[in-house]
Amino acid sequence: MDATILLLLLQDGVVNGAIYALIALSLVLVFTVTRVILIPQGEFVAYGALTLASLEAGTLPGTVPLLLGLGACAFLADCAEARHNLDGRALLRFGLRDLALPGVVAVIAWLLAPTKPGLPVEILLTLVIVTPMGGFLHAVAFRPLAHASVLVLLIASVGVHLALTGLGLVFFGAEGSRTPPLSEASFPAGPLLVSGQSLWMIGLTLAIIVALWLFFSRTLLGKALIATAVNRLGARLMGIAPSLAGRLSFSVAAFIGALSGVLIAPLTTVYYDTGFLIGLKGFVAAIIGGLASYPAAAAAALLVGIIESVASFEASAFKEVIVFMAIIPVLLWRSLRSAPVEDEE
Amino acid sequence: MTRPMLEAESVSVAYGKVEAVRGISLTVEPGRLVTVLGANGAGKTTLLNALMGVLPARGAIRFEGRDLTRLPVEARVAQGLSLIPERRELFSTMTVEDNLKLGAFRFRGTGGGGDIGEMYRLFPRLAERRRQHAGTLSGGERQMLAMARALMGRPRLLMLDEPSLGLAPLIVAEVMRTVARLRDEGVAILLVEQNARAALQIADHGYVLDGGTVVLEGDSRTLQTDARVVETYLGVLAADDAAAPPNRVASGR
Ligand SMILES: Nc1ncnc2c1ncn2[C@@H]1O[C@H](COP(=O)(O)OP(=O)(O)OP(=O)(O)O)[C@@H](O)[C@H]1O
Ligand SMILES: [Mg+2]
Repeated sequence: MDATILLLLLQDGVVNGAIYALIALSLVLVFTVTRVILIPQGEFVAYGALTLASLEAGTLPGTVPLLLGLGACAFLADCAEARHNLDGRALLRFGLRDLALPGVVAVIAWLLAPTKPGLPVEILLTLVIVTPMGGFLHAVAFRPLAHASVLVLLIASVGVHLALTGLGLVFFGAEGSRTPPLSEASFPAGPLLVSGQSLWMIGLTLAIIVALWLFFSRTLLGKALIATAVNRLGARLMGIAPSLAGRLSFSVAAFIGALSGVLIAPLTTVYYDTGFLIGLKGFVAAIIGGLASYPAAAAAALLVGIIESVASFEASAFKEVIVFMAIIPVLLWRSLRSAPVEDEE
Repeated sequence: MTRPMLEAESVSVAYGKVEAVRGISLTVEPGRLVTVLGANGAGKTTLLNALMGVLPARGAIRFEGRDLTRLPVEARVAQGLSLIPERRELFSTMTVEDNLKLGAFRFRGTGGGGDIGEMYRLFPRLAERRRQHAGTLSGGERQMLAMARALMGRPRLLMLDEPSLGLAPLIVAEVMRTVARLRDEGVAILLVEQNARAALQIADHGYVLDGGTVVLEGDSRTLQTDARVVETYLGVLAADDAAAPPNRVASGR
């Protein structure tokens, strides 16, 4: 392997690492706030990519009926949750959030999709379609389990992952799709040719990281999420409902997942079940960061990306094995270094 | 008679099979300071947690006539109830200032919460430590932060679980003065205390708990001179607290 190849592999690794970083950050967010290990994060990625591909093709994406269905389920779940003090105002709020919002999104998608409105509008539409699914999923599958142990939440999470993969097959079929790159431009940099697409990926990842940082450090809502992660009871005593924090963190995760899907869609053919492997690599990075530290998770994600690209060059048949084995020394090191984490509550 | 602000009617709380609070009824009138006394394990913390919705309870809890029994904690906060819990539950890895800002979360977007500057005037130690993590504060500073954070939510009924816990006598007096002033400003107060003398001095009314039930109830003047209270709480405290100056109760014996 000479220096040029190494540089090329590094570039590849950093670009893939950027996606893993986005996923790892949302996993850390969701876990610290809700104690849910969000296995279905990968499905948001796949939904993002497939939705964009459908819009590119001028057809109504399968995620639109899915969104309507999930919204209806969330409406029932919200009503059941609030059954003891369900009044007109609460009903109106649930109706707007769970039925009207997806309805409006569906109508817009239905009107716009056949016109092929161009990549920027299609990307925006993709994000608008997939993001609310996060909150709906939380209301339907995880809020009723708010007091369950991490293990039970993990089991539910695997269940939701399987369900979403199945729904992906139903609504998108078994064929994969690919979208055109965000930019056709490319720039020579020394021996390398840096594509506009990879610049977009790295730039948007950095933008999301900055936006998350601003959200957590500057807004009261962001601080309320951290507060829930730090001390759930303390947060409740300040009037921060765990369900609000959960819905918000799931929505952020869905948004980031959909955006990751939009970013990888031009690089690889995405199938209904592609998300799982991508999500798992983000998960490896999040674990290396202890499911607690954002900077550690992001750094680990870069490392995972680079290990993966070097491994695929040196021993492509074992690429995944090598990536997932990287977690073992880290876990050993963590368990030797730190006291066992108590499963509180 | 004024309508009670908080009304608890035969509230019972069980941990598994063990009933820690058994059929307690209690009322807090608007603008009054009511104290709940009792030995360790009497059920005071359990009672407050049940009133706040942290623990599920049987019986009825009403706030200004509205039934709270089925409402979760955060909905009770929205009604104007606030609890400073025994363990404070601060956001330890966040700064003092962020803790205070979050205290006003229920007024998010309306600008109706407390004023941070006012809290810093009330507790100047907090102003010096505004950028420090709450977890690095001293015990006393933590108590101040817990109090200030609760006040940021402008509660209409404030419940305090042993605010004097681990505080120096001078600070205890300061805390009690603050609580009394809050009452004078119209906030209804439910105060749980081990320091019975300090609590009875500022309270209007008091309940004495033992074994999870109310064994004694009355206005604080009566309680201060009640033989059982003097015997069990004030007397013991006077004996323990050798540094304290001789007081009415001790000399009255
Ligand atoms: N989580 C729990 N599980 C089981 N029993 C509990 C629990 N919490 C409290 N108890 C029991 O309930 C009883 C009342 O406890 P509580 O904390 O309400 O007492 P307290 O009056 O606040 O005491 P202190 O003055 O020491 O704070 C005690 O006997 C205690 O052992
Ligand atoms: Mg107690």
